[in-house]
Amino acid sequence: MDYSSIFSYMYTEIALVGVAIAVLLYDLLAGERGRKFFHCFTCILMLLFIAGTVVPYHQGTGEVFGGMYVYSPVAGIVKSILAIGTLIVFLQADSWLRREDTTFKRGEFYVLTLSTLLGMDFMISSGHFMMFFIGLELASVPMACLVAFDKYRHNSAEAGAKYILSALFASGLMLYGISFLYGTTGTLYFEDMAPALDGNALQILAMAFFFTGLGFKISLVPFHLWTADTYEGAPTTVTSYLSVVSKAAAAFALMVVLVKVFAQMVEYWQLMLYIVIVLSITVANLFAIRQKNLKRFLAFSSISQAGYIMLAVISGTPYGMTSLIFYVLVYMVANLAAFGVISAVEQNSDGKVCMDDYNGLYRTNPKLTVIMTLALFSLAGIPPFAGFFSKFFIFAAAFEQGFHVLVFIALINTVISLYYYLLVVKAMFITPNDSPVANFRSDNSTRLSLILCLAGIIVLGLASCIFDGINLYSFGM
Amino acid sequence: MEYTILILLLPLLSFILIGLLDSKLKPAAAGLFGTVVTGIVALLSYWTAFSYFGAGRNADGIYPTQIPWNAEWLPFGGNLQIDLGILLDPISVMMLVVISTVSFMVHIYSFGYMKGERGFQRYYAFLSLFTMSMLGLVVATNIFQMYIFWELVGVSSYLLIGFYYTRKEAVAASKKAFIVTRFADLGFLVGILIYGFYTGSFSFTPDASVIGTAKVVLPLALGLMFIGGAGKSAMFPLHIWLPDAMEGPTPVSALIHAATMVVAGVYLVARMFPLFIGYAPEVLHVTAYVGAFTALYAAVVACVQSDIKRVLAFSTISQIGFMIVALGVCTSADPHAGGLGYMASMFHLFTHAMFKALLFLGAGCIIHAVHSNEMSAMGGLRKYMPVTHVTFLVACLAIAGIWPLSGFFSKDEILAACFAFSPVMGWVMTFIAGLTAFYMFRLYYSIFWGKENRELHDAHTPHEAPATMTVPLVILAAVTLCAGWIPFGEFVSSDGTAYHIHIDWTVAAISLCVAAAGIAIATWMYMREDRKVADGLASRFSGLHKAAYHRFYIDEVYQFITHRIIFACISTPVAWFDRHVVDGFMNMLATVSNKLSYAIRYMQSGNVQKYGIWFLGGALGITIILLLI
Repeated sequence: MDYSSIFSYMYTEIALVGVAIAVLLYDLLAGERGRKFFHCFTCILMLLFIAGTVVPYHQGTGEVFGGMYVYSPVAGIVKSILAIGTLIVFLQADSWLRREDTTFKRGEFYVLTLSTLLGMDFMISSGHFMMFFIGLELASVPMACLVAFDKYRHNSAEAGAKYILSALFASGLMLYGISFLYGTTGTLYFEDMAPALDGNALQILAMAFFFTGLGFKISLVPFHLWTADTYEGAPTTVTSYLSVVSKAAAAFALMVVLVKVFAQMVEYWQLMLYIVIVLSITVANLFAIRQKNLKRFLAFSSISQAGYIMLAVISGTPYGMTSLIFYVLVYMVANLAAFGVISAVEQNSDGKVCMDDYNGLYRTNPKLTVIMTLALFSLAGIPPFAGFFSKFFIFAAAFEQGFHVLVFIALINTVISLYYYLLVVKAMFITPNDSPVANFRSDNSTRLSLILCLAGIIVLGLASCIFDGINLYSFGM
Repeated sequence: MEYTILILLLPLLSFILIGLLDSKLKPAAAGLFGTVVTGIVALLSYWTAFSYFGAGRNADGIYPTQIPWNAEWLPFGGNLQIDLGILLDPISVMMLVVISTVSFMVHIYSFGYMKGERGFQRYYAFLSLFTMSMLGLVVATNIFQMYIFWELVGVSSYLLIGFYYTRKEAVAASKKAFIVTRFADLGFLVGILIYGFYTGSFSFTPDASVIGTAKVVLPLALGLMFIGGAGKSAMFPLHIWLPDAMEGPTPVSALIHAATMVVAGVYLVARMFPLFIGYAPEVLHVTAYVGAFTALYAAVVACVQSDIKRVLAFSTISQIGFMIVALGVCTSADPHAGGLGYMASMFHLFTHAMFKALLFLGAGCIIHAVHSNEMSAMGGLRKYMPVTHVTFLVACLAIAGIWPLSGFFSKDEILAACFAFSPVMGWVMTFIAGLTAFYMFRLYYSIFWGKENRELHDAHTPHEAPATMTVPLVILAAVTLCAGWIPFGEFVSSDGTAYHIHIDWTVAAISLCVAAAGIAIATWMYMREDRKVADGLASRFSGLHKAAYHRFYIDEVYQFITHRIIFACISTPVAWFDRHVVDGFMNMLATVSNKLSYAIRYMQSGNVQKYGIWFLGGALGITIILLLI
């Protein structure tokens, strides 16, 4: 076997393992003084990792381990986006991790997070259902640990339990589905399976069950019910990681599998997605209207955003792939900005996360308020922020393929979503409050992450080169 | 020549800096910064012109078009794409010089004129924005970039006209200017889209092969583009915003509404000239008739206005009419055979920018001195304001077309081009030139001679303006004195080849005689303290006088059309539809979502077993639906 091809194509995963081991060793070996720079060390390592892997090294695709692992440049792009998201989460995590009750397990946080990232990377690049499943599990199990990270807090423990139970259930269904696929086609390789599928009843059942597993990860209705409880209970930083990185990876993997493997059953999965999109966007919006807790609120917002992401998947075209990646990127910066602000406020005000606590925030913390507002504007899709363009592209992608009614439904839902996003803005700017959250200065690391996000919100939409750059690689799908 | 990008970036930087810091900046610092930046831009422009023309002609005997800087901004697939860049050719380089010079003068002048005004910093920020936009407009590499900056120019003009936003008239005027020009720009945009759709490019000079199929629609596209140009350049009947725009600060009028923005329409036609002459000469001639009528109309109205800025505004409209006429009477691209007007138009644009800016700045000094725009507050000011008086006189002589001032040369070329086109056009334009001399000297005598308004002047003695204001006047007057001797045809001509300007002395003699007659009549009627003749004429033809004074009621016609027809018959029903149907739909959406969201709240029970049921139910439900279909 030619080992050089492993290093040549799997460089992202290998480098990531290296980063994780380095962090682990640093945690074990560093003395009192060294620990002060732990955060710094991790972030710089991540930065180097991103810098080294951001541009795909190969223009074409390549296989390793006899097709178990498939390299493609577009997957490389997605991995870098995930890594950037992880870095921003790390930056935001610092003030929380420095708290007395968590500071001794900082290393665990980093390593667990990096493990999930590694799992997602494998999942994205897999060419075989076994590899895919292992990647998915590698992403799920450490995630449950992260959700229950504040294990002495009742909420966090409960969220962890709900997450792991739901994840198990989803994995079980998915595995069941995969076994049917194997049974009807006799292979687990994506490439071999695609021509063998003919859309018989068993295969439809298998596809629906397989979809359940990813639907859980992306939190699509009706597989979304764990989302709100878990988001609320988990530490805010973990929630933001969960809402962005994990979701983005699963959405991309779903598109790859549906387009590559289930190509013969395209009308079936398009109908399936059609139903799920309408449900996700609408139900999530209806729930979001009534939320008082900002973390729960963003949970439902992220469910509806997941529905929008599926609009790109349903198109099944390279253009749809580009708009999916672009949407995910834009959604990531906006959502991380929102969670960054929530986390900063929570850390500096004894855990205030309710919408009423944000009343009059503008008077005491104008900068944070503006960032939050811009993030919400971008999520709602108001021009000229990036969210407008990303929404436009996915609508265009779905519209092109003839899903006119679906796009119309999605458009109506954006109006509803505008309402609840603006509720938060209204609370911060207009609603009077005698005792708003006192003015505070967030730590530099959080500030840096917020500036990065803000730059993303403003620049991503205007710089057409980013969309074009992604588009360049999407054709190689 | 990559440094040319600085010509755009520096004013932008100045706008952003002054605009963001605003009141944190001392007024003097903001003014100084803006002025220095514009000064650098002016120097860069001169250097660009020097090196561009210094590089010489290429083998074809023309100055080659250069694109020192270009970026693809928005690709649409196929060949269609929008670029942002810088294009240098003789006319854009000429415009760079004109704009940066006048802008620099206005920056200096405003130091004195705007001293102590509230929002001094804001004023300078807007000036920088305008300068940037206007420069971007002239160096645009394609029609769409031009449109972008065209709108930016419109916005900055709107901001500056409405600078005194506490005054009701200023707000109304700024809105009027914006809406009227925006309305015209709709034509421009549609023209651009038609052009882009059929030729597959936004380039000014598409390949002949591409044009092939688009030939049929080109006249339409170019005609629509001209509507946009007519809006900005205040051609009849879209001229109504310009007189009102005089509500803005006077230096702004000098910069925007005399020298630069209002000639954008002329520049547009000149820019598209190869297409006009090649594919739509009949449209070009229509522009000539529009221009001629506008020139005549505005000249007549200018004869009876009493507000000095309005006289200048109508005079500007009339002079732009001359430029459009000059372009419109071209019958070929060869300057020696029917293409003379192109050069004449650009030449007049250049000289007019200088002397009209001078006139406006002079008017600013006068208004500064007597605190009024009305002629009745003036009279006999020559002894109080010697510098203003002399420079104003120079400008008046130039616009009247008296040898050897710059206006003589450019106007002579225009008239020669008109006579070559048709004698009727030639005589009409000559007559308007005579009217020009008349109303300018009526203005001149009413301000500096005639009866002094003792009452007013005793209470507040008029005095000469400070040096920051008079120095620009002197510089511009010097330019006006010398600009006629520039061998303009060597630099700019319709097909780019050298054209040696020679004075057509028959035409020159006629125009000089007519101008002298105009001046003589004005002198006879207005120089003395009592104005028996003028008043007598006004009362004898009181109907005509009144109609002209009210600008032939064009504004009232607009008022009628907008209020009685558009507002009442179109806007009101649409508003009803909006309020009841569109809003009603939204209200229904809100009510329904609220109710639904209340109804389904039990789904989220917090009970993980139930979540599992939903999970399985969902998966099976999807399967069943898929199987059934």
